[in-house]
Amino acid sequence: MYAFDYHRPQSLADAASKLKTVSGRLLAGGQTLIPAMKLRLAQADNVVDLGAIEDLKGVTQTGSSLRIGAMTTHATVAESPVVKQAIPGLAALAAQIGDPHVRNRGTIGGSVANNDPAVDYPAAVLALGATVNTNQRAIAADDFFTGLFSTALADDEIITHFDCPVPESFAYMKFANPASRFALVGVAVARTTSGVRVAVTGAGASGVYRLKDAEAALGANFSAAALDGVKIDASNLLSDIHAEADYRAHLVGVMLRRAVG
Amino acid sequence: MTDQGIGASVKRKEDIRFITGKGQYVDDINRQGQTYAVFVRSPHAHAAITSIDTSAALASPGVVGIFTGEDLAADKIGGLICGWMIHSKDGTPMKAGPHPALAQGKVRYVGDHVAVVVAETLAQAKDAAEKVDVAYDVLPAAVDPASTQASGQPQVHDEAPGNTVYQWHLGDKAAVDAAFANAAHVTKIDLVNNRLVPNAMEPRAAIGDYDAGFDTFTLWTTSQNPHVARLVLSAFIGIAPEHKLRVIAPDVGGGFGSKIFIYAEETVCVWASKKVGRPVKWTAERSEAFYADAHGRDHVTTAELALDASGKIVGLRARTIANLGAYLSTFASSVPTYLYAPLLSGQYNIPAIYCEVDGVYTNTTPVDAYRGAGRPEATFVIERLMEVAARETGRDPAEFRRQNFITQFPHQTPVIMAYDTGDYAACLDKALTLADYKSFGERKAMSAAKGKLRGIGFSAYIEACGIAPSRAVGSLGAGVGLWESAEIRVNPVGTIEVLTGSHSHGQGHETTFAQVIASKLGVPIDQVSIVHGDTDKVQMGMGTYGSRSGAVGASAIVKATEKIIAKGKRVAAACMEVEEDQVDFDAGEFSARGTNKKMTFGEVALQAYVAHKFDPEKIEPGLKEGSFYDPKNFTFPSGVHIAEVEIDMATGVTKVDRWTAVDDFGVLINPMIVEGQVHGGIAQGVGQALLEGARYDETGQLVTASFMDYCMPRAADVPSFNIEMTSTPCPSNPLGVKGCGEAGAIAAPAAMMNAITNALGHEDIAMPATPQAVWRALQKIPAKAAE
Repeated sequence: MYAFDYHRPQSLADAASKLKTVSGRLLAGGQTLIPAMKLRLAQADNVVDLGAIEDLKGVTQTGSSLRIGAMTTHATVAESPVVKQAIPGLAALAAQIGDPHVRNRGTIGGSVANNDPAVDYPAAVLALGATVNTNQRAIAADDFFTGLFSTALADDEIITHFDCPVPESFAYMKFANPASRFALVGVAVARTTSGVRVAVTGAGASGVYRLKDAEAALGANFSAAALDGVKIDASNLLSDIHAEADYRAHLVGVMLRRAVG
Repeated sequence: MTDQGIGASVKRKEDIRFITGKGQYVDDINRQGQTYAVFVRSPHAHAAITSIDTSAALASPGVVGIFTGEDLAADKIGGLICGWMIHSKDGTPMKAGPHPALAQGKVRYVGDHVAVVVAETLAQAKDAAEKVDVAYDVLPAAVDPASTQASGQPQVHDEAPGNTVYQWHLGDKAAVDAAFANAAHVTKIDLVNNRLVPNAMEPRAAIGDYDAGFDTFTLWTTSQNPHVARLVLSAFIGIAPEHKLRVIAPDVGGGFGSKIFIYAEETVCVWASKKVGRPVKWTAERSEAFYADAHGRDHVTTAELALDASGKIVGLRARTIANLGAYLSTFASSVPTYLYAPLLSGQYNIPAIYCEVDGVYTNTTPVDAYRGAGRPEATFVIERLMEVAARETGRDPAEFRRQNFITQFPHQTPVIMAYDTGDYAACLDKALTLADYKSFGERKAMSAAKGKLRGIGFSAYIEACGIAPSRAVGSLGAGVGLWESAEIRVNPVGTIEVLTGSHSHGQGHETTFAQVIASKLGVPIDQVSIVHGDTDKVQMGMGTYGSRSGAVGASAIVKATEKIIAKGKRVAAACMEVEEDQVDFDAGEFSARGTNKKMTFGEVALQAYVAHKFDPEKIEPGLKEGSFYDPKNFTFPSGVHIAEVEIDMATGVTKVDRWTAVDDFGVLINPMIVEGQVHGGIAQGVGQALLEGARYDETGQLVTASFMDYCMPRAADVPSFNIEMTSTPCPSNPLGVKGCGEAGAIAAPAAMMNAITNALGHEDIAMPATPQAVWRALQKIPAKAAE
């Protein structure tokens, strides 16, 4: 780890102004940033820790929408009675991220902002059609994820919370990389009054993406049988030592069926 | 003492220390004025070093010294050695290139040591290491063991043309050829025994500390055999004479073989401590462990088994290419030769065996002994052959094995080993019952109803442990004897210190060796301390590997107890004023036959030290005895493991559903610890079969260099094991023990792959059987068979 200055602002406004005065990285749990810094793969002159900002934490339900603070840990989401009641599949997703250490430090905001192509939350945010709220604006999920480790966020922009419309049903099925337990393939399916949204993580060469063919088929007939004619295109999927693109494509189909139930 | 002695499942004495965080590992030790070493390692698999510019690094804050191979050479520090000479079939000695601790002119694998930076703090050493400017002329790399010998391949060492270290063989080729010519059936298989990264929980570490006042060196190191480390560092590498070099291996957190070897890092740290006049500490990071700890296995084999019409085996032949990596590690040459081919007879009567092994260099991390060391590779060959032969000839795999079991002992195999005892059918019968083999068909049908494939696989393994009779291994090329030493120091009040040359790095010697003392001397285990791992305390020892500490190490302790009892009887006879041959010793008490005189062990110890009651002309004061025990034979643990797997046809995921193990380890000192060894061994074997596998890309980059990509087995990957024992006591050592540390890792890979191929209905899959590999194999099931 290279030397850096550590900042722990007590409010969102302080954090935002700190970002304007120093060049640095936001720390939102640190489950990616800290290991990368320890390996000297990431370097930051300043680290601005969002951990003290209470306004960014917690889950509340307002009408038909769930509001999840960006600094809410995976463990909190997994155990939240509100989430379990409103979107039980989301609590289940959070409950199988990483291991207990990761779940007690890692946050939804950190995970989504990092947009690692193998993590779970982006699939949920995209499938749920959530809104990503920052200290500057509101961004629709469909506009947020722009590629591997890439998002619509500006350098000085801080995610504050997510607004997740409560769907009729939501399920996330993950095929874990045997070694890392990140998603080799993860498929999230949200069924809403306005249609079905399907998002795939772990597999796409450009990160999380929607499976529009499957959405159309399921929109017409929400059943595994409806997917029989849906072909999973392997041409834009990742290939690595754990899973080549054709196997990933096959797993997308399997996980999709299991998510539909 | 039966509640504490041999056979009692006593809880481990050392665990209080370990589970409360009070273990003393090398990294826990800090010396006054300590500096920190960071190694500059090669990013290339094969390259000529054209220059090393250390000027910027030397100017970096906190740097105490930077050294390269030139500095080692200038101080006449020798290279690392391989301690077992193998001769090729044409009689020529193996062809080994030099193995400098810091590269001289060339690097030969990713992670090879180029320079060491010593600084005041670890962070400063890391900062400076990044400023060491090494210019490389990158060369093509030889990576694949199967093709490294081909013409036109890059040459790893000029000394080994064609990257061939040796072309060794064992057995009677003519007899085997004749057997195959007349066989009714020949089964032939191609196998890859995948390369493994040991990944002990504690990474390797070293602290070198030079004392200018006494002109002595001390090295704390994560070693399974500190005396061997001292011998090599002293006599071969030339750090200092043995009496000027103390090697301490304190608590060590797992080794699995990878901490037997004498590596560059400890060599450099102890040498550099004199150069900088300060203690020098190095602790491996996990990624360094992936690159620089010796790997295991990595064989490519073609094997054939010949049967007569009745199903009796008439011959076996195997041809193996063994990847030794870029340099010969300490015992690398012996693992795929004398620790491998002599085990190919398995538990079977095989009249003719012939095995050829080419040891080859590649631009990869050196390969050496890893839990089982040669014996898992041999078991994989014979047990895969047995299963496939049974399938091809329509025989039940259990009964086919039984038909060929050795039943008469002693049994001389055609490949060196003389099995002393065993009852293979007893293990098989017990395992079949325990596994409920007869109901397998019902379970398979239930799996099929869920859309899953179920398979069952056997592995009837044998291993040669208790390594090893010194004259025997000497005749085969070993550079050392493989006896063990013990010294028993009885204190005046009757408490005991046992000094042993064995080394405990997870085995539980502090408990099991104390149990041996409890049985033999009647002293409770909490009055016994086991001292090990320090060359200044223990005179000499050969360390712990090859399941040798019970059979050899504890046997030495037994021999020393016999001397203690003999001396005690002389002291007791004098005290009780009876003849020496009138004194009996039992359960901690000396008694004079035909009288009511008796003395406790403690009373005799006290009298031995106060020395008031005997003639010093006849009896020396004190009660301390030592023994060097050299085993008469290897020991031959054996057993039958049965794996049952269920494969999810949609994803290719293999679930290990049931595991049955019936092992014959002879006499058990602590059954609980033995079971723990079996659990860990099976998990490692399942890991090899399902999850683990070091992979290099074509340029020689290790692409599985972290736990993100290299999959270690976790608790959830294995079922609750169904383990029982049988026992035929070993006749060649005083305890009747055989050794248990490697059995699971030896048995499990074959059982797993036999189960998976049984489920698939074909043999076209290699380890590790990852979900993707199984999914691809599922596509190869003939359409009819899949219905």
